[in-house]
Amino acid sequence: MLSKQKMLAAVLSTAVIAFAATTGSALAQKKYDTGASDTEIKLGNIMPYSGPASAYGVIGKIEETYFKMINEQGGINGRKITFISYDDGYSPPKAVEQARKLVESDEVLFLFGPLGTPSNSAIQKYLNSKKVPQIFVATGATKFGDYKNFPWTMGWQPAYQSEGRIYAKYLLKEKPGAKVGILYQNDDFGKDLLKGLKDGLGDKAASMIVAEESYEVTEPSIDSHIVKIKASGADVYFSMTTPKFSAQSIKKLAELEWKPLYFQSNVGASVGSVLQPAGFENSQGILSAAYAKDGADSQWDNDEGMKKFYAFLAKYAPDANKADGSVVFGYGQAQTVVQVLKQAGDNLTRENIMKQATSLKDFTPDTLLPGVKINTSATDFYPIEQLQMMRFKGKKWDLFGDTISGELSN
Amino acid sequence: MSAIQEVVTEAPAVEAVPKRAMTLGYGTSLAMLLVLILVPLFVKNFVIFQLTMLLIYALAVLALNILTGGSGQFSLGQSAFYAVGAYTSAILMEHADINYALTLPVAGLVCFIFGFLFGQPALRLSGVYLALATFALATAMPQLLKLGVFEKWTGGVQGLVVTKPDAPFGLPMSQDMWLYYFTLAVSIAIYIFSVNLLKSRSGRAFMAIRDNEIAASAMGIDVALYKTLAFGVSAGITGVAGGLGAIAVQFVAPDGYTITLAISLFLGMVVGGVGWLPGSIVGSAFIIFVPNIAEGISKGLSGAVFGVLLFLVIFLVPHGARQVAVVAQHWLGKLKNG
Repeated sequence: MLSKQKMLAAVLSTAVIAFAATTGSALAQKKYDTGASDTEIKLGNIMPYSGPASAYGVIGKIEETYFKMINEQGGINGRKITFISYDDGYSPPKAVEQARKLVESDEVLFLFGPLGTPSNSAIQKYLNSKKVPQIFVATGATKFGDYKNFPWTMGWQPAYQSEGRIYAKYLLKEKPGAKVGILYQNDDFGKDLLKGLKDGLGDKAASMIVAEESYEVTEPSIDSHIVKIKASGADVYFSMTTPKFSAQSIKKLAELEWKPLYFQSNVGASVGSVLQPAGFENSQGILSAAYAKDGADSQWDNDEGMKKFYAFLAKYAPDANKADGSVVFGYGQAQTVVQVLKQAGDNLTRENIMKQATSLKDFTPDTLLPGVKINTSATDFYPIEQLQMMRFKGKKWDLFGDTISGELSN
Repeated sequence: MSAIQEVVTEAPAVEAVPKRAMTLGYGTSLAMLLVLILVPLFVKNFVIFQLTMLLIYALAVLALNILTGGSGQFSLGQSAFYAVGAYTSAILMEHADINYALTLPVAGLVCFIFGFLFGQPALRLSGVYLALATFALATAMPQLLKLGVFEKWTGGVQGLVVTKPDAPFGLPMSQDMWLYYFTLAVSIAIYIFSVNLLKSRSGRAFMAIRDNEIAASAMGIDVALYKTLAFGVSAGITGVAGGLGAIAVQFVAPDGYTITLAISLFLGMVVGGVGWLPGSIVGSAFIIFVPNIAEGISKGLSGAVFGVLLFLVIFLVPHGARQVAVVAQHWLGKLKNG
């Protein structure tokens, strides 16, 4: 009898030890989903290398170069990054084909930084049904932070609506009695920004906004819209435009000798590609908001982060134009995904990638403005939400005030 | 006569035996069909999806082929009809909850009417002028789809997401495979319809107009009617292709239907062989796979590589796949006899 009890005890204890041992090893065990192994992590990406938006293709090239640098430095936890980037020519059907190729044929771990609202909208449903993360999409459309319906999709840059709200906050504080005239691009970008501004102005939106004009990207000139806005008697002017039109708008206002309080959307606020061509003398006093440092701005020459950025460009991408916002963008985005992979450690499952992407705490890529931090959580799928107001003076942007948060409630 | 029309009329095989040259023999057709039925059983879902797109674009190229190869009219505006078809299907499926299969005839009909009406003013134009008029249609379409007035239905710039259908009757088949066979069935039906159309009285009328409009009208053919009819049929088939495309891609947005699509379809028709219906699938394969090959060769210069490949094709086989098929047939015949 006794021996039987002893036996039982022995069996039990061995079972307990065995159990403890297995769970222990399970914790330390490496876990992989398709696309990850002891030596490699495969990332998929889709970019418009050809077609109407091919200027943004630079982002993909910079990211590829950044991963090359990481690989030369030994990779992430000993694993090399394989970055597979395909061209979709900014066409949604092609994006679907490429996304399926990445997931089903190349078998990547996840999709990182696909560009454009139409392309990302087209692949969102597919990726979510396959439970493949679609993280840090390169578009500011607000819909890419909908964690309830699309738990596998998240953005990176500030949502355009956030930017709009920040301008509204500033305006309500500085010039509550303003008469606002708005020029916006007739697409998701312009409309989102406009919505943010209106939401921010709240009840006062109807009384403050005196003119709203939209233009198509295909229009050769936006002059007539600006003349109309001026005629409405507005004393505050919003240019919710992309670079080509931002420069046109600045020039036209100078030509009309109209000097309202001028707000320029962040996308069209690049010193190198907008303000310089439009003429610095015409750009004085323009207001905008930023989250990243401008690569062409001399005030960052001695900045620690930007020194790293410039060193990277000098060594790996000597041809890249540092004044191009896309170069700064690609660098910051690639750095963020590397952080996610570092956090994920040896647990490279799709679920854990998503978990790590949603638990970034005060992460600061080299190229973001001081004070702007990336924070995400299970219910916050908008990594960058802070912007800082800035005013153009001389040949550079003067940042002023604190970083303002334009958080969107879901 | 404009230069483009001459190219069409100069094509040798069509003049010799128009009816036969438009199609394939029974044996070849059956072999082709067998391949199309069997291939999906052995490949990944992703490849099945690509094959579905292949069939869909082949339909759109076929539609253009009826218009250009059949009636000798030009169109750079097929993307507009494709877009209307795609949106019709998408809106019916998502807003009216209509079964996907039923949306296709509606898409076809809407596009037929649209094409027929567009054909009326286009009657006054021929050759390059007609090509320009249709070009205008293609450039206008994406903007029309963005208009605020229609936004309630079209979703504006954001587009519409479409739900992919499951296989019916509980068939043990993936969504992709089911959609492929569904598309294949539709494609075969339309192919047979097109072949018969071109063999029929209407088809002969199309070709008579293509070869010599004045002679055709002297023979008592109602030129205006048949020209617009060709436009309508072509638009209708393109519309069905668009509808299928919307279901396969699960998404419609104005940016998917730009002038680039129209040019691709035109390219597909030329590569496949103008006026040779089976060439449509070859042309479709060209516009789907060759850009991928070009990208594989050089990412930065994919457009240039594509251009070089296209140039080679046009230079070596100016009549496209039809020329290859004729040569192959010639050699096969020699082998049999010798």
